[in-house]
Amino acid sequence: MTTVAVKPATMAQALTRAMRDAMAADPTVHVLGEDVGTLGGVFRVTDGLAKEFGEDRCTDTPLAEAGILGAAVGMAMYGLRPVVEMQFDAFAYPAFEQLVSHVSRMRNRTRGRMPLPITVRIPYGGGIGGVEHHSDSSEAYYMATPGLHVVTPATVADAYGLLRRAIASDDPVVFLEPKRLYWSKDTWNPEEPAEVEPIGRAVVRRTGRSATLITYGPSVPVCMEAAEAARAEGWDLEVVDLRSLVPFDDATVCASVRRTGRAVVVHESTGFGGPGGEIAARVTERCFHHLEAPVLRVAGFDLPYPPPMLERHHLPGVDRVLDAVARLQWEAEG
Amino acid sequence: MTVLEQRGAYRPSPPPAWQPRMDPAPLLPDAEPYRVLGTEAAAQADPGLLRRLHAQLVRGRRYNTQATALTKQGRLAVYPSSTGQEACEVAAALALEERDWLFPSYRDTLAVVARGVDPVEALTLLRGDWHTGYDPYAHRVAPLSTPLATQLPHAVGLAHAARLKGDDVVALAMVGDGGTSEGDFHEALNFAAVWQAPVVFLVQNNGFAISVPLAKQTAAPSLAHKAVGYGMPGRLVDGNDAAAVHEVLTDAVRHARAGGGPTLIEAVTYRIEAHTNADDATRYRGDAEVEAWRAHDPVRLLETELTERGLIDAAGLEAVREDAEAMAADLRERMNQDPGLDPMDLFDHVYAETTSQLREQRDLLRAELAAEQDGPDQQEGDRR
Repeated sequence: MTTVAVKPATMAQALTRAMRDAMAADPTVHVLGEDVGTLGGVFRVTDGLAKEFGEDRCTDTPLAEAGILGAAVGMAMYGLRPVVEMQFDAFAYPAFEQLVSHVSRMRNRTRGRMPLPITVRIPYGGGIGGVEHHSDSSEAYYMATPGLHVVTPATVADAYGLLRRAIASDDPVVFLEPKRLYWSKDTWNPEEPAEVEPIGRAVVRRTGRSATLITYGPSVPVCMEAAEAARAEGWDLEVVDLRSLVPFDDATVCASVRRTGRAVVVHESTGFGGPGGEIAARVTERCFHHLEAPVLRVAGFDLPYPPPMLERHHLPGVDRVLDAVARLQWEAEG
Repeated sequence: MTVLEQRGAYRPSPPPAWQPRMDPAPLLPDAEPYRVLGTEAAAQADPGLLRRLHAQLVRGRRYNTQATALTKQGRLAVYPSSTGQEACEVAAALALEERDWLFPSYRDTLAVVARGVDPVEALTLLRGDWHTGYDPYAHRVAPLSTPLATQLPHAVGLAHAARLKGDDVVALAMVGDGGTSEGDFHEALNFAAVWQAPVVFLVQNNGFAISVPLAKQTAAPSLAHKAVGYGMPGRLVDGNDAAAVHEVLTDAVRHARAGGGPTLIEAVTYRIEAHTNADDATRYRGDAEVEAWRAHDPVRLLETELTERGLIDAAGLEAVREDAEAMAADLRERMNQDPGLDPMDLFDHVYAETTSQLREQRDLLRAELAAEQDGPDQQEGDRR
């Protein structure tokens, strides 16, 4: 048995490695976007790919998101597997029509004859002090579009494994990268990166019996921290990391809530019309008789993403999560 | 006193390293739309090609009238007629080689059919049974695109991918005058020019975007002039002159295939019918304008040329008409049959692997269908 060299690595490094390995394994994988080539991306996530695979495989495009994704559609039609970078969450909006009108439904409108294996990488979410239009959590828009997979990793290992899965998928995947976790480190083996479960499986990050925190992406570390802090109150919290918003893993989520009887959904995105409403409804529909309290949501406020100097008040933090958990207990007692 | 008023303080100099990227003159379109029929250039045209174009034009015209009739009988949900624009449609299809790709918009059914797609399959979008009835790979025809100009970047991406793979494939992307105002038109042309992708953009300028005339759509001298800003040649052609459209398109396709990059072609034509059968064209245009364009009819222009030069006789004309009638009769008969639709197909092609949520919804529909089959009496009985 060989000893596995496990050392700290960042999520950004794991994402780069995932693209590099995918490109090396499959000559049809092409990376394209603004600044992805010579610069290596504004977050350096595509660093070195143009040098290693040439500019035809990792291409700096004109600055035009609809054009980038639209061109990727044509490339996918001709048998390539484009991996598109949208640089920042709000910069993806010009490409929204391509995503909604074509990418998501080409398989369906051609009755399966023209699948589009496109990965759309979108750095998303706040917490890095970005100015306006650099911190949106746009996952609800993508979740509401049938035909797309919506994936978001929270750990270094998942960043690698899920991106490999996304690139290999025959369906279009919106791959949301939590910007503020780009430099978070995990112990991970970059020499033999492990595969992860297929897209669509949630994972229990921490087991507990008092209540379930249902979360994903940038809010996973917040919930893990909250769960640690909750021990002081005598609460033993379970944390479910969804990893994939579409397909949604009802089985894992509901199994957890049935065990704990209480649930809080935590995300940065706005609460009204946000992913939490859908998740709370699904849990209520399926677990009503196991619930000791209403499913609560801890989300960003229902406002345009605030300026960076105020974002800490907007983003759901540990205290807000613990307050919600406290309300769960109160509801149970009342 | 401003800086500019201080004599001597401001020394104008050119910005560093500025130079024109290319001479714009060769990119500029001609002042007049290019014509062949009725000019001396017609003598150079291949008689066989002219006859093929004619046969396809007559079929196309008949297809338009038949499809319009089918809307009145409720067999088609909607039909955007291309009557008056048949020369653009036919020439577009005939300018391509088999390995090339066509990216049509919703009015381009005739080009799709001329590529070899089954006339009934080409109508499924407009009939409402399936969004795309044909296999895009069988004839290298992308799905008919309803959003405006969004198919143009697809053509660029496909052509670019083909070139990366070493295939000499050309993509022809069709769009209307209204579509040139969309952002995707700009992005597609810009990408194509920067990448030198083998793409031909054909704008059918038929005068109106539903009701809005070209003058309210653009302030450009012509739509072909837009090419210059992207660094590609712009060509202007009489869109009702099938021989001219075919020649200009063939040149552009050859140019693209040889590595010369994209071309933007504006075909000046006219939409004789309303936008669709649901539109009232009398609200935004006068009869005199329509009549002037009827006199410049693409079928009659080519028929006159063929007849006057003795390239077709009465029997030949009759044979062409009979062929078109047979096509229309077949279309009519097959469209009058109800399409066999299985509602369970709804769930088959959303994802490669059906999600658990869709499996549940499929089960629900299956149960509903089973209840329907049991009949209302049975359901009534269940309720009791």
